[in-house]
Amino acid sequence: MIDIKGVSKVFKGKKQITAVEDVNLQINDGEIYGIVGYSGAGKSTLVRMFNGLETPTTGTVTINDTVMSDLHGKELREKRQKMGMIFQYFNLLWSRTVLQNVTFPLELTHVPKEERQAKAEKLIETVGLKGRENAYPSELSGGQQQRVAIARALANDPELLLSDEATSGLDPKTTDEVLELLLKINRELNITIVVITHEMHVIRKICDRMAVMDAGRVVEEGSVFDIFRHPQKEITRQFVSEEETPQLTDTNVVINELLKQVPTGKIVKLTFHGDQAKLPIISEMLRQFPEIDLNIVDGSIHQTQEGSIGTLYLQLLGNAQEIIDAQDYLHKMRVETEVIRGE
Amino acid sequence: MVSSTTGFSSYFHFSQVDWASMWSATGETIWMTVFSLVLVAIIGILLGLLLFETTDSHSLWARLLHWLAAVFVNVFRSIPFIILIVLLLPITKNLVGTIIGPKAALPSLIISAAPFYARMVELAFHEIDHGVIEAAESMGATNTQIIFKVLLPESSPALVSGITVTGISLIGYTAMAGVIGAGGLGNLAYLDGFQASNNTITLVATIVILIIVFIFQTIGDLTVRRIDKRITR
Ligand SMILES: Nc1ncnc2c1ncn2[C@@H]1O[C@H](COP(=O)(O)OP(=O)(O)OP(=O)(O)O)[C@@H](O)[C@H]1O
Ligand SMILES: [Mg+2]
Repeated sequence: MIDIKGVSKVFKGKKQITAVEDVNLQINDGEIYGIVGYSGAGKSTLVRMFNGLETPTTGTVTINDTVMSDLHGKELREKRQKMGMIFQYFNLLWSRTVLQNVTFPLELTHVPKEERQAKAEKLIETVGLKGRENAYPSELSGGQQQRVAIARALANDPELLLSDEATSGLDPKTTDEVLELLLKINRELNITIVVITHEMHVIRKICDRMAVMDAGRVVEEGSVFDIFRHPQKEITRQFVSEEETPQLTDTNVVINELLKQVPTGKIVKLTFHGDQAKLPIISEMLRQFPEIDLNIVDGSIHQTQEGSIGTLYLQLLGNAQEIIDAQDYLHKMRVETEVIRGE
Repeated sequence: MVSSTTGFSSYFHFSQVDWASMWSATGETIWMTVFSLVLVAIIGILLGLLLFETTDSHSLWARLLHWLAAVFVNVFRSIPFIILIVLLLPITKNLVGTIIGPKAALPSLIISAAPFYARMVELAFHEIDHGVIEAAESMGATNTQIIFKVLLPESSPALVSGITVTGISLIGYTAMAGVIGAGGLGNLAYLDGFQASNNTITLVATIVILIIVFIFQTIGDLTVRRIDKRITR
């Protein structure tokens, strides 16, 4: 658990700047916690105190019972090895290949070569870059580079992943792909993730709880669901309204709730765009694969600028092979399918 | 045979060239350049690293070190080479035991080129994106690991192109050093060419120097192209 108590950070220079002021936060194990705020709000400074890149002027940052400012030298480095961090500009080493970038943190901890390679290859597969091991960062797209950075951040099996504007430099589609990846990492590896962003979309898509920062202070804090429904402060309302179509059904909170309510079967999320929503795709699927039992868990249709978008959560039970074939069928019909929970 | 020492044709009396001494002078020039270049590279990288690491430091010691290194670099970079040789003559005599021959040129070659390269090294390190160094810190890298695994490899193309430029100016310096007795092609061009009024020797020495410069430049450029992975080709 992360416990931030009365943390302030004052930069002394020609002009004294209070970047973070009296922040109190608690972040639970295994959750994705979002911190949103405009440029200069102090988000980066706050998160840099998590791994000791900055030390608080007053207050304490406690991570899993270790007070960060008590650590120095070797102890601090060892603690940092248990925290991954990703950045807006990826910060990869351009002189190293994808594989070598991912083995970098393992070299720092003197992991034997064979082990390093094996670990890195597995992580590269996890982030979906299998086959690109020997490419250099300059040969990759931004989204791919961020995937490498994520694999690198996971190399030392961190208990915590810090993400400072990791999707700010990416286009909307790539942003969503990277966010999906973070969600998958959180679910599969049970890593606590702290996400810093100035985009509400990012928060909505993956965070469980969130804080809003303004001029160094946390002005509002709570579950993403509550804050989206009842924003208290003016600045929060601004952030919420920036989201053109707040699709609450997508939030991680709702999905977690859904998983709890429907404990069995495979759960997939289907997204229909425009004309697809008018076709009888689901009934055709059932005709082709009669051994599947299907249960509609949740669904909605949203009107957006580009037409309607339908979202459908299905619980699939029955013949495993047919379920796989049915997914292929949906894929062929160009329905976006996302497995929320496999079986 | 009496040959004219003036006019265009005076450049082409190749029969008067003593090729054996030409090649031995070439060998001396290459030896002086390469030997001093290796030492310049080592000293320059250490000095550049010192300048880089002590920039904007909070500790008083580091500031003092930075100031000392910067003064050393700036002073020796500013002294014209020909004056530096003369200035260093007594020290050279103590260090290598002689003030003539290729060996005698080394101290002044190194002392004038190392600060020049140190500045380039410092600049190359500053050009590395600070975020990359910070990422390494956030992964728990030690300072030594950052130097060997981040600073040096990430700046390697700039370090190599800096060494190429330094090497080429060293070739020029060796020629100057030759005039006051350090041997090599400069010495040959001055003694056997200029003082003996043998223009052909001067021309040949010039061409050989140009070829050496060209080879240095080519090796440097090819190496940079091979190690620079920033641009996709
Ligand atoms: N090392 C530093 N020295 C002095 N001032 C700093 C330093 N780092 C940050 N600041 C100041 O602290 C304030 C908060 O900066 P910070 O980078 O934390 O904001 P941010 O919320 O991350 O903004 P952005 O969205 O632009 O990244 C800013 O006014 C900034 O100028
Ligand atoms: Mg920031």
